[in-house]
Amino acid sequence: MRRLLNALVLGALLAVAACSPKTAEKGQAKGGDTLRIYNWSDYIDPALLEQFTKETGIKVTYDTFDSNEVLETKVLQGGTGYDLVVPSNHNLPRYIAAGAIQPLDKKQLPGLDNLRPDLMAHMAPFDPGAAYAVPYMQGTIGIGYNVDAVAKRLPGVKIDSWKVVFDPLVLAKLKDCGVYFLDASEDMYAVALHYLGKDPNSKNPADYEAATAMLMQVRPFVRKFHSSEYIDALANGDVCIAIGYSGDVLQAKTRAEEAKNGVKVAYAIPKEGSQVWFDVFTIPKDAPNPAAAHRFIAYMLRPEIIAKASNYTQYANANAKATPLVDEAIRDDPNVYPTPEVSKRLFVTTTKDQDLLREVNRQWTRVLTGR
Amino acid sequence: MKGRGGLAAILPFLWLALFFAFPFLLVAKLSLSDTALAIPPYAPRIDWSRGLAGVRDFLAALDVETYGRLTRDRLYLDAYLSSLRIAATGTGLLLLIGYPIAYGIARCPPAVRQALVMAVVLPFWTSFLIRIYAWIAILKPAGVLNAALGALGLPPVDILNTETAVILGLVYAYLPFMVLPLYAVLEKQDESLIEAAQDLGATPLSAFWRVTFPLSIPGAAAGALLCFIPMAGEFVIPDLLGGSETLMLGRVIWTEFFANRDWPAASAVAVVLLATLVVPILLFERQQAKVLR
Repeated sequence: MRRLLNALVLGALLAVAACSPKTAEKGQAKGGDTLRIYNWSDYIDPALLEQFTKETGIKVTYDTFDSNEVLETKVLQGGTGYDLVVPSNHNLPRYIAAGAIQPLDKKQLPGLDNLRPDLMAHMAPFDPGAAYAVPYMQGTIGIGYNVDAVAKRLPGVKIDSWKVVFDPLVLAKLKDCGVYFLDASEDMYAVALHYLGKDPNSKNPADYEAATAMLMQVRPFVRKFHSSEYIDALANGDVCIAIGYSGDVLQAKTRAEEAKNGVKVAYAIPKEGSQVWFDVFTIPKDAPNPAAAHRFIAYMLRPEIIAKASNYTQYANANAKATPLVDEAIRDDPNVYPTPEVSKRLFVTTTKDQDLLREVNRQWTRVLTGR
Repeated sequence: MKGRGGLAAILPFLWLALFFAFPFLLVAKLSLSDTALAIPPYAPRIDWSRGLAGVRDFLAALDVETYGRLTRDRLYLDAYLSSLRIAATGTGLLLLIGYPIAYGIARCPPAVRQALVMAVVLPFWTSFLIRIYAWIAILKPAGVLNAALGALGLPPVDILNTETAVILGLVYAYLPFMVLPLYAVLEKQDESLIEAAQDLGATPLSAFWRVTFPLSIPGAAAGALLCFIPMAGEFVIPDLLGGSETLMLGRVIWTEFFANRDWPAASAVAVVLLATLVVPILLFERQQAKVLR
């Protein structure tokens, strides 16, 4: 037993040494001149953070996540130490109901009237009176693809329909060059239901069963379900098609161009229509430094700043005065700034209650595991 | 141990109570709660302001409904069995690979031994995540492995995002935890035992099987425990190297915790894993210890 113990203790010590104490930073000085932001990965121009620090003297600590699920779980746990978090519109009502975020002090946000009224109307069901949130970026879910690789396998086919990814006969032809789907149950079911001609916000489990059956038929051709890996995978040419978020696919395109690796990435909003979403700035109730968070939101409301942010992320912002300042290539791209005609085919996802959410996630697990 | 009682005896118990029993009770309590839209997202919570009545109401509101759900849905059983299968495969491979390594190191001259033990531990100097990402670069379709196979004129393999890749990653990551306990035992073995066995007519092979190996079983058991238990609950390696059909409990707990925001269900899965895996192993350990004594 002694030997076993010694061996175990030696092993345990090594294990302890192997794990770095990452949580130690969290406890550091509350408030003060630090702003802690928790935002989506690949979602800000680092130069903008530097400029903010230069202007205000407030140091920025910036952490990232790649799914609403991770963000919401952390924020609902409380005591995250973040001053600013960026959830998507359809999750917002749950944050508000749980008392997880605080109302904004609009006196500290002079740029609010720059926001586009048409987009704010989309936001109204999620955040009545715009009391809690300020939109950062908006985007769509669509198809990102490697132009040459797909053209070789589907000659003459225009990539403009959900059919390419949801029709097993079509997707089978792309299996060998790599297919990625988002691992985001709510987003994926919204577009799958829409493709099947059902209400993307259906509350009927049978509709989700039908979508699951459809997804089960295409899943053998999917290499991986993941919500952020596809950016690099598309850019490197490791995969040839992915269901992804608009700006992320366009970033993959830029990265491929910068790497000069000969990979040509394109994005398409399918003609059947798709989900449009908004990511919004909100302040957790227990934020150590809400004043700094307000200053940051006010900073991001400045047209010239948010225009730079859009140039980097290749997502549209909600700031009317910023649009003329955004790079022409981006603001004229209907995949980024949807034309009124495209906008008509876009829909928002509503909030699900706990039982439906559990049912949807249970079905999603069936899709993921294939059983 | 006799006569050294006191603090030395209490400390391990304090350690166990503080770092095992207390967290476990918290998780067990959570598994009896229900989800709620609040911070934190579960109910009931103890209302301390009402004193004993608050505690009583709290206890009355706990129920085992979550466990009922675990038995009704085959997903949990499937995930459990496939976790055990993967962990068992990994542990078996680790024993096969780790034993010769540990034995080889223990047989070297002391100066070389130190260098070799260092070499086993050396990978820890690089971040765990970086090392697993490196495996992605090796295993991906246009990766290092296929380039090497191509250069040798062999057909390419596509094993990234499969169970094979998961087991490969597990074996790689846990190898030091198998080698070091084995080495610790083998290194202390008295070589005169082998000489005695050979004097009594044993061949080197039978001396190994009848002397060295039986004496090294505690090390092998320690290594197997250190590897098997965390591998059964492993999340990061299957997430990065596995495909979505690699169903493991770590992923199930993740889904419950993050996607469903269902802390009680996540806790219940964890409790079941602990109760059905760790408890029998500990009982077995105690029994083994008695036999050894």
